[in-house]
Amino acid sequence: MGGEAHHGKRRGNFIQRTIDALAETLERSLYAEQLAEGGGLLQRLDPRVKLVAMLGFIICAAASRNLPVVVAIACVALGLALVSRIPFRSLLPVWIGMFIFSGLIAGPAIFLTPGPSLATVPWLGWQVSSYGVRSATLLILRSEVSITFSVILVMTTPWIQVMKAMRVVGVPTMVVVILGMTYRYIFLMLQSASDMFEARQSRVIGKLSNADARRLASATVGVLLSKSFQLSNDVYLAMQSRGFRGEVYTLDEFRLGRNDYIAIPIALVIIVSGIWFGYV
Amino acid sequence: MDAIFTLDNIRYDYANTAQPALRDVSMSILRGQRVAIMGANGSGKSTLLRILDGLYFPKSGTVTAFGEPLDEHHLMEDAYAHAFRRRVAFVFQNPDVQLFNPTVYDEVAFGPLQMRWDKQKIARAVADTLDMLEITHLRDRAPHRLSGGEKKRVAIASVLILDPEVILLDEPTAALDPKSQSMVVDFLVGWANSGKTIVTATHDLDTVPDIADDAYIFQQGAIVAHDTPANLLRNHELLLAANLVHAHHHHHDGVPHSHPHFHLGHAHEHSSGI
Repeated sequence: MGGEAHHGKRRGNFIQRTIDALAETLERSLYAEQLAEGGGLLQRLDPRVKLVAMLGFIICAAASRNLPVVVAIACVALGLALVSRIPFRSLLPVWIGMFIFSGLIAGPAIFLTPGPSLATVPWLGWQVSSYGVRSATLLILRSEVSITFSVILVMTTPWIQVMKAMRVVGVPTMVVVILGMTYRYIFLMLQSASDMFEARQSRVIGKLSNADARRLASATVGVLLSKSFQLSNDVYLAMQSRGFRGEVYTLDEFRLGRNDYIAIPIALVIIVSGIWFGYV
Repeated sequence: MDAIFTLDNIRYDYANTAQPALRDVSMSILRGQRVAIMGANGSGKSTLLRILDGLYFPKSGTVTAFGEPLDEHHLMEDAYAHAFRRRVAFVFQNPDVQLFNPTVYDEVAFGPLQMRWDKQKIARAVADTLDMLEITHLRDRAPHRLSGGEKKRVAIASVLILDPEVILLDEPTAALDPKSQSMVVDFLVGWANSGKTIVTATHDLDTVPDIADDAYIFQQGAIVAHDTPANLLRNHELLLAANLVHAHHHHHDGVPHSHPHFHLGHAHEHSSGI
């Protein structure tokens, strides 16, 4: 696929910004795939082990009522990112996004939770409760830890292996097949959208008015929908042609290696300890 | 030679189009025959292949495959559908349509999995097929990240693994670079002595003499000619009328002049003037 990264920013009109955004999306996905094929610690583990362990860490963090335990699990996440050679700069946008999102939800608790006052907001007179700060911090930290583990999993495992691992651990086959097809065809549609915008751009002179830009966007969405409908029909025919009759049969060929046998008990100890101390 | 496919007075219409995609099509394709279906874009070639593969069903007329009617009712039966899909393979024009699995390995294994082969047999067959197509190094790659030529090889591998009796190919050399085109043609030529029946829809006249010993020309959904490739390719007026070659305009001593123009091999062949 021609998912070539556009390295120069072309800020300007609506079309240029749209092309930049599409190219960036393609670039990010390619970068994640490259990291997943790298030689870090997690990249060498069986995807099933990673999937189950990450899920365990997330449950552990989400279930913990103890702030130091959540901080310890966050340190595990950072350590795993480090030994898996995931640059922190690629995690930063995720952390900032999650901080804003969870902060909006947790923020009011700082003032609304009853408890000893830590400070008063000038002019507004709102009391900052120490219990409120603690519960907001806990919520934000849990969210950050969960998203970090999810991103680490996706960045150290090709998406196709994540899907296979999901199948092995019992996620319904049809759900995984739909996820796989979505992932696979989103690239085609993105490429198609990018090509369409570039073709339009080559025929647009000057700056588009907001109304024209909106018309252009809605027309493009319409064409893309129509194309995706055609594509899904053709794909279904291609599947039928090779014997697909509604049931999905898959090959699962993961094998546990020495690294996995070392990682499993370590992960188990961390998860069980986290859950145990998290409740204390 | 016995007939693999017999089509009798086929008509096929797409919704919301005034012109039928296929009309009055009658033909027989014999076992071991290599047939080229030639025609310009929109002439009905792809629709014909989809009918031969039991993906579309004609509005009127009958299709017989391996001596049995090929219809929706028959293909609902598990045993018949499995036997038919095992014997007939279709390589789509756009490999992106055909390659829907997460890895090349999964892609090639998809057909045998649907046929419920045991996993050891599948593993052996996939390894052999990847080796035959010289794509073993791609086995863990995502098909959508491959080049056009690699995608086409994977698409061919994904159908060859079942060792089908009939291979239907829709524009196999379209949108490929010259090296990949030559690779595909080499495969088609290589299959000549395999006893397989090969039906190729194409408007690439260059390749037809190498890949077929029988040919049809389609125009607006109907058969307008049926002969050997050599005879059809000599009939420049027919090729021009079917939009398979284009008129070439130039001047001789200042006098405007035009005649059919097409490319065979690397030479531009000019027929006698019109």
